[in-house]
Amino acid sequence: MTQTTDTAPEGAAMTGRSSKDKAKADTGGSRRHLVKRRRGPAAGRTRSWRDSPLRRITPWLFLAVPLALLITFTYVPVASMISYSFTDWDGVSPDRENVGFDNYVQIFTRPELLRVFFVSGYYLAASVVQIVVALYFAVILSFNLRFRNFFKGILFFPYLINGVAIGFVFLYFFQDGGTLDSVLDWFGVTADHPWLGDPTSANISLAGVSVWRFTGLNFVLFLGAIQSIPGELYEAAELDGAGKWQQFRHIIAPSIKPVISLSAILAISGSLSVFEIPYIMTGGATGTQTFVIQTIKLAFQFNKTGLASAAAVVLLLIILLITWIQRRLVPDDKVDLV
Amino acid sequence: MTSRDLTAAPQRTGTRRLPIGSVLTYLSLIAASMVVLLPLAVVFLTSLKTSEEVGEGSALSLPGNWFNLDNYVTAFNDGKMLMAFGNTAFILVFSIGGTVVIGSMTAYAVDRFDFRGKKVVMAGFLIATLVPSVTTQVATFQVINGFGLIDTRWAPILLYMGTDIVSVYIFLQFIRGIPVSLDEAARLDGANAFTIYRKIIFPLLKPAIATVVIIKGITTYNDFYIPFLYMHSEDLGTISTALFRFKGPFGAHWEAISAGAILVILPTLVIFLLLQRWIYNGFSQGATK
Repeated sequence: MTQTTDTAPEGAAMTGRSSKDKAKADTGGSRRHLVKRRRGPAAGRTRSWRDSPLRRITPWLFLAVPLALLITFTYVPVASMISYSFTDWDGVSPDRENVGFDNYVQIFTRPELLRVFFVSGYYLAASVVQIVVALYFAVILSFNLRFRNFFKGILFFPYLINGVAIGFVFLYFFQDGGTLDSVLDWFGVTADHPWLGDPTSANISLAGVSVWRFTGLNFVLFLGAIQSIPGELYEAAELDGAGKWQQFRHIIAPSIKPVISLSAILAISGSLSVFEIPYIMTGGATGTQTFVIQTIKLAFQFNKTGLASAAAVVLLLIILLITWIQRRLVPDDKVDLV
Repeated sequence: MTSRDLTAAPQRTGTRRLPIGSVLTYLSLIAASMVVLLPLAVVFLTSLKTSEEVGEGSALSLPGNWFNLDNYVTAFNDGKMLMAFGNTAFILVFSIGGTVVIGSMTAYAVDRFDFRGKKVVMAGFLIATLVPSVTTQVATFQVINGFGLIDTRWAPILLYMGTDIVSVYIFLQFIRGIPVSLDEAARLDGANAFTIYRKIIFPLLKPAIATVVIIKGITTYNDFYIPFLYMHSEDLGTISTALFRFKGPFGAHWEAISAGAILVILPTLVIFLLLQRWIYNGFSQGATK
C-alpha cells in the first residue's frame, strides 16, 4: 500500500464517497493513515503538496470568514446573553449590577411572566392537529389521484406566503362581518362575538392561522418520505393479502417515523418561539402574548435587557433539552455529517 | 432522504390506484383547498373594491369593477412599496451572494482537507443549528449595535449571511458527490486550492446553489423579525415591514391593506408556479437538515 502512486488512494476514496456516510468516514480515516505512512520514503521523491505548510493553512483561509461570522453572530451573542442574564442591565447605561439568579426567579414566580407558557399550549395543540392533517393528505396524495399536483400545490403554497400578508389576510378573515362571519352566515349560523375579542377565542383563532400556514411544510415532508418507499413493497403486501390500513401501519408508518419525530421537535420548539402571527395580528393584546413577544417587549420597550436575556436563556435551554431528548429517542444518523 | 428519492418516486408508485369510495377523498381535498384559498380569494376581491363597496357589502360580495386598480396605486405610492421592493432586492442580492460563497467555501474546506481542529469546526457549525436565532436577538442586537450597524441595510445582510448553517449542510452533502479525482487532476496541472475551488468545485455545485438561492430567497423575502428589529427608519422598510406599517395610516381601509398584501403575495406565487419542483425539494432538504 505504501508503494502506491499519488492518485491511487484518492481513487479509492472517491469510490468510497459515492456510498453512504459511514463508508465516507472510514475512507477519510484510512486516507489520513496513508498520508502519514507515505511520509517516510515518498517525501524524498518530490516534496508532496500534501505535506507543505501551505496545505495546512489553506483550509483556514477558506474558513476564516465563515468562522468569524459564526462566532460573532451565534456564539458571542449566546455568551453575552448568559452574562447579561445575571445583571439588571437596561441595555444602554454603562453600569450594571450583578443580581445573581434574581431574573430567573422572577421569570418563574411572577404570574404575568409565567402565563406565556400557557399560551404556548394552544400552539402545541395546534401543531398536533397540523401533523395529523398533513399526514392524512400526504397519505391520500401518495396515491395516483387526478389533479394530484394541483392539490399538492394548493396545500403547500401557504407556507411560502409572507407572514405579514398572512396576518392581514386573517385579520380580515376574523373581523366582525369579515370572511368567517360571512361564510357562517351562508350556512345560517350567526356568530355575534368577536373572534379575537377574548383570550381563549383569540388564541384558538391565532393557533388556527398557524395550522393554516405550516401544514404545507409537514405535508410535503411526509409526502416525500412516503414516495421514497419502493412500490414493490406495496405489491408484495397486497399479494400477502394486506389491506390498506395494514399497508399504512406496517409499510408507511415505520418509514416516515424519522420525519414525524423531526416534525414533532419542530412543532415543540416552534410553539415556544411563536412571534410573527400574534405580533402582527394582535400585538400580544387580549392574552395572546407569547414568550418571544414578551422577551422582545422586555428588551426593547421596557429596557430590561437583563430580564429579557434570562428569559431568552430559559427558552434556549428548553429547546436544547427537547432536541436532546429527541436525539436520545430517535437515533438519527443523518446528523452525523463529519 | 435525498432529492433523488423524491424525484424518482412518482414512477415507482405510479401503478397504485385509490380504492373505490374515493368520493370522500376528493371531497376532503376540495374542502382543504377551499380552506386554503377562501381567505386569500376574499382579500383579492376586497383589493378590487371601492371604499364604499367594502363598507356596505358583505366580505364575500364581488367588486363592481373587476379592473379597479386604484387600491394598488394607493398601496404602491402611499405605502412606499417601491422603496420596500428596492430595499428587499438589495438585501436579497447581498445576503444570497454571501451565503452561497460562504457556504460553499466552508463545505470545500471541511470536505476536501484534513486538518487539525476539523472536528471542532464541524461541531461548532452543528451546535449552532440548535440555537434558535429568535432567542439570541436580545444579545445580537448589542453586537450589531457595537458595529454601529443599527438602522442600516447591512445589519440584516450580515445576520442572514452569518447565521445560515442549513446552506452549509446542503453544500456539504452535494460536494461529497463531486469526485476528488477532478481536484487531483487539476492539481497535477498546477492549479492551487483557490483555483480548484473557483474553476472546478464552484461551477459543479450549481444544483446545490440553485437550492440554496431558492430557500434563502424565499425566507429572506418573507422575513419580518430581523428588519423589524434592526431597521426602524421608514426609508429602510422591506416588503414585510412596509406592509406592517399599513396598519396605522390605513386603519380600517381594508381595500388598501388587501391590495398591499396581494402585491406582496404575487411575486411569491409567480416564483412558486415557475419553480415548483425545485421549491418542494429545496424545502424538504432544508427542513430535514
